Amino acid sequence: MPANSINTKKMTKNDIIMSLLKGRTFIVLIILVLFFSVAAPNFFTASSLLLIAKHVALYGILGIGMTYVIITGGIDLSVGAIVGLGGMIAGGLINEGLSMFGYTTYFNIPSIVIITVAFGALVGLINGFIITRFKVAAFIATLGTMYIARGFAMLRSNGATFSNIVGKKALGNTGFEFFGRNVLGIPVGAIILLIIAVIAGIILKKTPFGWHVQSIGGNEKAAKLSGVKTNKVKMLVYMFSGICASIVGIITASQLVAAHPASGETWEMNAIAAAVLGGTSMSGGVGTIGGTIVGAFVIGVINDGMVMCGVSEFWQMIIKGLVIILAVLIDQFQRNLQNKMALQSREENK
Amino acid sequence: MEHMSEKNDVCLHADSIDKIYPGTKALDNVSFDVRKGKVNVLIGENGAGKSTLMKIIAGIERPSSGRITMDGEEVSFKSTTEAKEHGIGIIHQELSLFPNLNVYQNIFMANEKTKYNISLDNKKHIELTKKVLDRLEYPIDPETLIGDLRVGQQQMIEIARNLIQEDLKILIMDEPTSSLSEQEVEVLFRIIRELTANGISIVYISHRLEEIVRIGDYVTVLRDGRLVAEAAVKDIDVPWIVHQMVGQEKSYHKRDRDVDWSERETVLDVKDIRLPKSGGGFLLKDVSFNLKKGEILGIYGLMGSGRTEVFECLMGLHPEFTGAVELDGKKILISSVSEQIDRGFAVIPEDRQREGLVQTMDIGKNISLSSLKKYLNGVFIDQKKEDENINMQIKDIRIKVADKNLPILSLSGGNQQKVVIGKGILTNPKILLLDEPSRGIDIGAKTEVFDIIHKYAERGLSIIVISSELKEIIAIADRVIVLSNGIKTDEFCGDDIAEDKLVLASYKGHRSQNTK
Repeated sequence: MPANSINTKKMTKNDIIMSLLKGRTFIVLIILVLFFSVAAPNFFTASSLLLIAKHVALYGILGIGMTYVIITGGIDLSVGAIVGLGGMIAGGLINEGLSMFGYTTYFNIPSIVIITVAFGALVGLINGFIITRFKVAAFIATLGTMYIARGFAMLRSNGATFSNIVGKKALGNTGFEFFGRNVLGIPVGAIILLIIAVIAGIILKKTPFGWHVQSIGGNEKAAKLSGVKTNKVKMLVYMFSGICASIVGIITASQLVAAHPASGETWEMNAIAAAVLGGTSMSGGVGTIGGTIVGAFVIGVINDGMVMCGVSEFWQMIIKGLVIILAVLIDQFQRNLQNKMALQSREENK
Repeated sequence: MEHMSEKNDVCLHADSIDKIYPGTKALDNVSFDVRKGKVNVLIGENGAGKSTLMKIIAGIERPSSGRITMDGEEVSFKSTTEAKEHGIGIIHQELSLFPNLNVYQNIFMANEKTKYNISLDNKKHIELTKKVLDRLEYPIDPETLIGDLRVGQQQMIEIARNLIQEDLKILIMDEPTSSLSEQEVEVLFRIIRELTANGISIVYISHRLEEIVRIGDYVTVLRDGRLVAEAAVKDIDVPWIVHQMVGQEKSYHKRDRDVDWSERETVLDVKDIRLPKSGGGFLLKDVSFNLKKGEILGIYGLMGSGRTEVFECLMGLHPEFTGAVELDGKKILISSVSEQIDRGFAVIPEDRQREGLVQTMDIGKNISLSSLKKYLNGVFIDQKKEDENINMQIKDIRIKVADKNLPILSLSGGNQQKVVIGKGILTNPKILLLDEPSRGIDIGAKTEVFDIIHKYAERGLSIIVISSELKEIIAIADRVIVLSNGIKTDEFCGDDIAEDKLVLASYKGHRSQNTK
């Protein structure tokens, strides 16, 4: 092909732009870190970074579940409420135990964690069931369960906070603070984030289940005709999102050593923002766990960095909003370029 | 009508058009005349530049250089709206309708009739819609959702949408018949004659060569973005066109397979399938047929005859159907798609883009999507094993790919189709169902797809093919059943399969129902 040399030159130029675009969130993160290191003198200290890591862990774990959901072409608005509900279940079981038939049972911490996570999975299962069985739009179904889960969280204590959830030695339920502590100087939440991220990343890229998730968001009809059990996959994805949210509920309650029924309010938005900043497409089919983690870092750094700079809370909101819109704009630019390159190589292959 | 070819009958002239996309030249110094009141045919293989040229004339794309004149005046369209104002309408190859809106809303979109310029005049919309659909002999309820219509029906709506334009001068049709049945094609041709008699010029793009000879007045052949030949249709024939398009003659030849089918074991036996229609009646009424090992069974029928529904029943998309299905002599209960795939069924759907491909995934993943379980190593996908299978499949059915990690949209239509076929074959099916496997792909790719079908049939795969192109189905099928209005009206095998017989059988169902 005589035109080949010209084409390769053009392609490499596009390729450079492409790789810059793909790494954009990471580039933004680096710029943000550099900026805040200069603007806020106490930003680049061990204690500040630990604080940021603690916050990032929360958004990151929620974001991973959300990424799965968004890749299937859905959305999960209930995760913030599950965070609150999860904390209340765990806190309640520690402080008050479970009263049934006149007896009060206290569980040890591992059992409490399992029970809490099971509740998160249950809410996710209900989400998935409503969405797949009754064909309700994910936005509406999870909006409904968001209110329901939050209502149950409030009911558990009539809106009060379970404070000092450290348990009693005599009852054998001490040690809940562990999830809010540091191990070898690293917050446990961040370690959990890392573990979930690695597992979720591998599942998404290396297992049939992960591919099925991606195929549903790309073209659900084609996926179904290819033999993908679309309903089952979607149910599992919403369950996973619920599980992630309940884990975050445990970590937050543990970090604060208290469970508040309103905790996690609007966190679903942070989770969506982390996923979108990380390049997950709201129309489904496209997204990576790594991207979402970087997105969670960007949100965490902006939040905490601006606090450290003394920027007012109101300006923080405005800036966060701008960053999200900008991210989506760049995303669209990237997709256009990608399509253009695809069509180009299609013409060349003729 | 010799004088018609004179210069002053040219209502639109495209002069030395170049269109350069980054990296490629889609059109290279192409001049094209649209003659008034004539059917101006534009042909060439996929990627020859036909669609690009039409997009430029319709204002969707702008030329890199060159000019367009209409009735001697230079025009330049920045958008489809501007082209529309000059009386140019286009019927796209890829349908551009709104599945979420109903028929009349689609027809009058951006061309709404209003009462006092404020409220929508839906009464008028419905009335005009009925009128235009009557003209097309296509009575569809104007309030039907477009998404509920089949592809062929949607195509008619797309045509109707352009016919309501009052000052229509030029109508561009990009493969309007690719999903129409023979009967619908006849209606379309009648409409075309009517339009040309009223002085409207048609630009007609098609892959079906017999059609061109029948309906066309002038033909322009493009190859690789260049103009290679122009002629009046009365001076040429099909072999000439094929020769100009590909540089060599290509046509499908019937393969004679010397097999005694009565000796072969029956793989699939379908008895009295009955599928109720929503709102009364039946989409399929007591259809029975069987399929032998290694046989290619064709299903021929008009649009709405129940062809696709047979596949949908077999694939588990309509668990509510009644009747008995036996696979390898054992009765099976069909309830879900994935179960059917596990049983050895695979389907190549009619609408490649909407049902066949996952556009967000790359070529390789699209090929392996149905058969991922085969490559498991523990819980993980064995990348090496998967790659081996993908590469083997790419080689086996000759998909032209530079790199299997490229996006699926980087392939041409024919190669995309091969990817969908490859995906089905990788599941090691016993029975392969192909719904219009050659729709919207060029002749070269068609022949290759037929070769693939034959190759696998020879290896013992049992295949059912739906096609609305007579020549195709005659060339590939060992046996053909004809459906008409949900009823199986006839069955032919061997030398009995002939065009006239098939066409005749395809109308029988309508007749019997009308006389009822």
